[in-house]
Amino acid sequence: MTRTNFTRRGVLRTGAVAGAGVALPTIFTASSAAAYTNEPTGGTVTLGFNVPQTGPYADEGADELRAYELAVEHLNGGGDGGLLNTFSSKALKGNGILGKKIEYVTGDTQTKSDAARASARSMIEKDGAIMITGGSSSGVAVAVQDLCQSAGVIFMAGLTHSNDTTGKDKKANGFRHFFNAYMSGAALAPVLAAQYGTDRKAYHLTADYTWGWTQEESIVAATEALGWETVNTVLTPLAATDFSSYIAPVLNSGADVLVLNHYGGNMVNSLTNAVQFGLREKIINNKNFEIVVPLYSRLMARGAGENVKGILGSTNWHWSLQDEASKAFVKSFGTKYGFPPSQAAQTCYAQTLLYADACERAGTFNPCGIAEALEGFEFDGLGNGPTLYRAEDHQCFKDVLVVRGKENPTSEFDVLEVVEVTPRAQVEYAHDHPMFAGGNLGSCNPGA
Amino acid sequence: MDAIILQILNGLDKGSAYALIALGLTLIFGTLGVVNFAHGALFMIGAFCAVTLSRILTLSFETVDPTQTDFLGQPLKVKTTYIEAWFGPEFGGAMIDWAVPLAILFAIPIMIAVGFIMERGLIKHFYKRPHADQILVTFGLAIVLQEIIKAFYGANPIPTPAPAAFKGSFDFGVLLGFEANAIIYPYWRLVYFAFAAIIIGGVFAFLQFTTFGMVVRAGMADRETVGILGINIDKRFTIMFGLAAAVAGLAGVMYAPINSPNYHMGMDFLVLSFVVVVVGGMGSLPGAVAAGFLLGILESFASMNQVKSIFPGIDQIIIYLVAIIILLTRPRGLLGRKGVMED
Repeated sequence: MTRTNFTRRGVLRTGAVAGAGVALPTIFTASSAAAYTNEPTGGTVTLGFNVPQTGPYADEGADELRAYELAVEHLNGGGDGGLLNTFSSKALKGNGILGKKIEYVTGDTQTKSDAARASARSMIEKDGAIMITGGSSSGVAVAVQDLCQSAGVIFMAGLTHSNDTTGKDKKANGFRHFFNAYMSGAALAPVLAAQYGTDRKAYHLTADYTWGWTQEESIVAATEALGWETVNTVLTPLAATDFSSYIAPVLNSGADVLVLNHYGGNMVNSLTNAVQFGLREKIINNKNFEIVVPLYSRLMARGAGENVKGILGSTNWHWSLQDEASKAFVKSFGTKYGFPPSQAAQTCYAQTLLYADACERAGTFNPCGIAEALEGFEFDGLGNGPTLYRAEDHQCFKDVLVVRGKENPTSEFDVLEVVEVTPRAQVEYAHDHPMFAGGNLGSCNPGA
Repeated sequence: MDAIILQILNGLDKGSAYALIALGLTLIFGTLGVVNFAHGALFMIGAFCAVTLSRILTLSFETVDPTQTDFLGQPLKVKTTYIEAWFGPEFGGAMIDWAVPLAILFAIPIMIAVGFIMERGLIKHFYKRPHADQILVTFGLAIVLQEIIKAFYGANPIPTPAPAAFKGSFDFGVLLGFEANAIIYPYWRLVYFAFAAIIIGGVFAFLQFTTFGMVVRAGMADRETVGILGINIDKRFTIMFGLAAAVAGLAGVMYAPINSPNYHMGMDFLVLSFVVVVVGGMGSLPGAVAAGFLLGILESFASMNQVKSIFPGIDQIIIYLVAIIILLTRPRGLLGRKGVMED
């Protein structure tokens, strides 16, 4: 008769030791094979362009995608080289990134946070995208930035203007080239004072979501610092299409300026409604009634037609700028596509070059190396003048444009004219400014 | 007081759009028994009829102006419309300026044809299917239609202004003894309200005072008996579908200057219009019109700062709140008929 010496405790102990023995080499293998998420191993590197391809911002998304395709062409050594010729950093060689040819995949954000996260996740997990970029909404940017932080990839934000993106929702893996609501207020306020005086009463209509709230806060603070009085601030539903019931009480409120903290379709409709109600022809408090649209988009302004004429706002960039970089970009883009680029296209093109350049300077695709290369990076030659990527919040600081709806446009693209190029020093703020408080950049996550 | 009058006026034009769309929806539901979720798309197509006519009238040829340059530094190509070149800037300019009112004539045959094709090509195959199937297929159709429009016209809103004669606003305040600017109202919105009243009156008169209308009303009340009498009610109901499409389309044409048309505008109105139909009473034409104006006015009142300060966010839920209250107190809606959707 034979006796077995197996005991429950013995089996468990043996199993644990054997399991650890089997797993140990795997851990080392994993560590050495993929030091970070989606480390490129072949001759190519994949970027993920996450833009609105359907939904109300699809035209803006299409322009972003054109800019990304142009940037990839230039980085891979094609075309006329675009801004590689004017960029102050000379690390880019026109042979892809770190010698690897750039390929790209695209996702559709639909301008919905959940859809944008799903498409970004798919590009990271299925397509092996090492960087995600794009978008046309702050809600989307905040959501995708958070996902990229968790996944261990770099997020180069597209068009996002809320203070929160590099404020309370900032992340170590996220970087924003586009300007923000605070900067709009800081740039616009002196022009408003010069054009309309310091004794004004303002009425705000504000889109009821993160971008609208921060924009209202920024413009109210900037205009009240001038001496303006804020008569009322009214939140409007994001889904609203007819703003007549919100605009009708404005004339009765004693206000002589209407500030429309709206973007996209909301801006087109609220501005159109305000002009229909004849607000701009009215004299209130012995002054001409004025309308201000703090954030302009040329693509969207076209939707409002003649209603934008003479109305002041701010923008990140405009194709009529005459610096060498802007002219080079307009030439590259215009020759390829037949019309001038939008501000969304310019910021997306610049972000792609900045990412590629950071990889080259860091000598790695590791997100932590790239983040380090971007933090505190001073550059020029991308169309916005001397620019700083501030280390503390990953926000770019550069000149901001104050623009006005053009009275006599020469073409369908000639909608806005630059009134003033506000110098960077005027729109800078401390990284712990109260409007940006509450967030924590954290540390970079390489994933894997 | 002036604020109340102002919001009633606001509600009237909003209600006009709701009423016109809901009227068409009810016509289709009352005659064909189809819950047509593509009806908002018909409103959108109507608005794009105005956009299309405006583009046709502004078709232009290019001439090079060597004194100006384009964004690439090339000599600027200046566009001149054919219509202004052929008929002179005065008459040609007036035609372009009046594109939206002219689009009414342009839209009527197009909308009737679209309605006819929709009914004969797709919806008639779903008459005997459950309402859930009808909703699915018509909702799918609405998405297809809006994507087609987006493919042709893009996603951005397209400005489609009213004639210059209707720009600006009328000061009701002065008329009623209030201060200047107390109650102002855009001329085009007044035109829209008057237009809606004429269309609604026309539809009711057509149904009430013509033999065709009498047969349709009889068919709505008892389709089987009318069929037994040897009347081809299906043919008449198809015509009614075309008529309902035309009503929605015309509502869209005239709405184009109020808010720049975009491919999604039909969906923005669709859900609200269904609430209007349910509140008014399924199958009741007067109910749809009454509920349209009622909900339009209530929505305007809910947007008042005084109301929002007491009930924050009320402007976003007022329509649904009213729908719940009315359905709890009058399950068939305001003027609903017994037996409709109750089997």
